[in-house]
Amino acid sequence: MGDPMKIRAAVHASVTEVKVLMQHPMETGFRKDDTGAAVPAWFITEVTAKHNDRVVMQAMFGTSISKNPYLAFRFKGGVPGDRVTLHWVDNHGDQRSDESIIV
Amino acid sequence: MDSQRRAALREGGVLAVLLAAGMLGPDTARAEWNRAAFDSKSVGETLSALGLGGAAASQAIALEVPEIAENGAVVPVKVSTELPRVDRIAVLVEKNPTMLSAVFTLPADTEASIVTRVKMAETCQVIVAVRSDGKVYTVSKQVKVTLGGCGG
Repeated sequence: MGDPMKIRAAVHASVTEVKVLMQHPMETGFRKDDTGAAVPAWFITEVTAKHNDRVVMQAMFGTSISKNPYLAFRFKGGVPGDRVTLHWVDNHGDQRSDESIIV
Repeated sequence: MDSQRRAALREGGVLAVLLAAGMLGPDTARAEWNRAAFDSKSVGETLSALGLGGAAASQAIALEVPEIAENGAVVPVKVSTELPRVDRIAVLVEKNPTMLSAVFTLPADTEASIVTRVKMAETCQVIVAVRSDGKVYTVSKQVKVTLGGCGG
């Protein structure tokens, strides 16, 4: 399941700006733990953002996106009260979906 | 007119079969994670694997990165451009073990404006490629990294 995302979506002059903070370790697979053992890669691979039911952004991530990924993007057509949904999938097949209302 | 209707019906039929077979989920539009692009070891190969080959350097893309990153684990990257009809933006870190950080696919009503944070193993170029109206443009900036973010 993963931990919840923080999502802020606000409309200014008919453009909705979405800011998302995801909770994920984003392990590269190159890091070693205290005992010297390699920590396996564990990272978000895909992110999809929807405005109501319309896809407004899709991303593929690699291991070099920072831990707890931050993302901001802007789309036209949102109005206050509309729903913005973010969904991610990681390389373990885990996934998480969270939503926020545009203000 | 009539042949269009027949074609639509035929496609509808195929879709229904695929849906019934469970081959298409609700997120059909979601692209498969592009392993080839993330495994590529050169800028050219990576961009080609993303359908962003033949890029030309452009001043029309604004790339905001810090000149010096004290912590390579968290380097903010802001990309924006007024270029028309941008449908894809890729962010690459030249000397990372995995060069490609992220690729964004943007539909028509989404602006060409993305902010994210990347890890950088060492001082190198951050490279951004943007596809606008079918043409690909790139811009790059050096970021000095005092403490690498990909080691252990």
